[in-house]
Amino acid sequence: MIADVYIELKEGVADPEGEATKKALRLLGFKNVKSVSSRKVFRIEIDARSRDSAEREIKQMCEKLLINPVIQNYQIRWVE
Amino acid sequence: MDRDEIRVAVLRIEGTNCEDETVKAFREFGVFCESVHLKQFYSDMIRDKEQRTFTDYNCLVFPGGFSAGDYVRAGAIFSARLKSVLQNDLEDFIKQGYPILGICNGFQVLVELGALPGFDEDRPIAEKPEMVLGINDSNRFECRPSLLKHENRGKCIFTRKLEKDVVMFPVAHAEGKVIFPKGKEKEYIDGLVQNDQIVFRYVDTKGSYAGYPWNPNGSTYNIAGICNITGNVLGLMPHPERAFWYPNTDGRAVIESALDYLGRI
Repeated sequence: MIADVYIELKEGVADPEGEATKKALRLLGFKNVKSVSSRKVFRIEIDARSRDSAEREIKQMCEKLLINPVIQNYQIRWVE
Repeated sequence: MDRDEIRVAVLRIEGTNCEDETVKAFREFGVFCESVHLKQFYSDMIRDKEQRTFTDYNCLVFPGGFSAGDYVRAGAIFSARLKSVLQNDLEDFIKQGYPILGICNGFQVLVELGALPGFDEDRPIAEKPEMVLGINDSNRFECRPSLLKHENRGKCIFTRKLEKDVVMFPVAHAEGKVIFPKGKEKEYIDGLVQNDQIVFRYVDTKGSYAGYPWNPNGSTYNIAGICNITGNVLGLMPHPERAFWYPNTDGRAVIESALDYLGRI
């Protein structure tokens, strides 16, 4: 099974990377850009009996390493 | 404890890069100090004479650098490796009152580990991180001198011999902005102030709290360094070991204070 884990900043947390990218895009002439925010994606291939048990394990991975719960949220999207 | 009984370990993994100057600074005071790779504490692939345990030391330092390439988040992988194999040893070390210093990336490691802010004396390593050292507001690597007001009232064992009110330590980081959980900022700051856990805050040349560039990263409450509730774990973004040799020697007091404290126990 393969899952994509999307990690994003919680609402209201400053996103300097997104802001700087937006500024640069507008300088390049993309005047229609309204906002840019950054994401990080980890693609995880995992052996598991069921999607549920894999999802439980991935949640633990997020809590133990992949996110810092003070500023980040995550979403799991199954690729296959 | 006499000076010659003091043993200091500067911990490194792949990507740590400030261990040599940190070791040199400690040795300047005549104590035993060595740089130790984390795997020397747990791997069975290590030669006998290079194997170590935390009980070999009475002071630990997490130095600056880019441990594990800053992948995932700065300090996250170093702290995950510590947590997986050495959490109990580290908790015992903190409970025994031995000093732990985290500089720059080392501060990030201690935060990711949950050892800072370290509000709980009985559980010195929190289950989850309680704060973040986030990307600088400028979205740049900020590398220059910074002025720090020393605000600790005596709890932090690393600054008891610091005589100056304002010191200069250089900063060099891209992720140093202290962020507390949203909506709980005041609660956290009040707690830190009340417990005497605030150690350094960024100021301008007049000694007043100021924004960028004096506060290089946009840190909440201008925080540059904090200690845990028992005062024996200090994390700070600026580098005291880079303000060690003439003419900028403000950082010497940080190491000297820790050694002085050890000398009394």
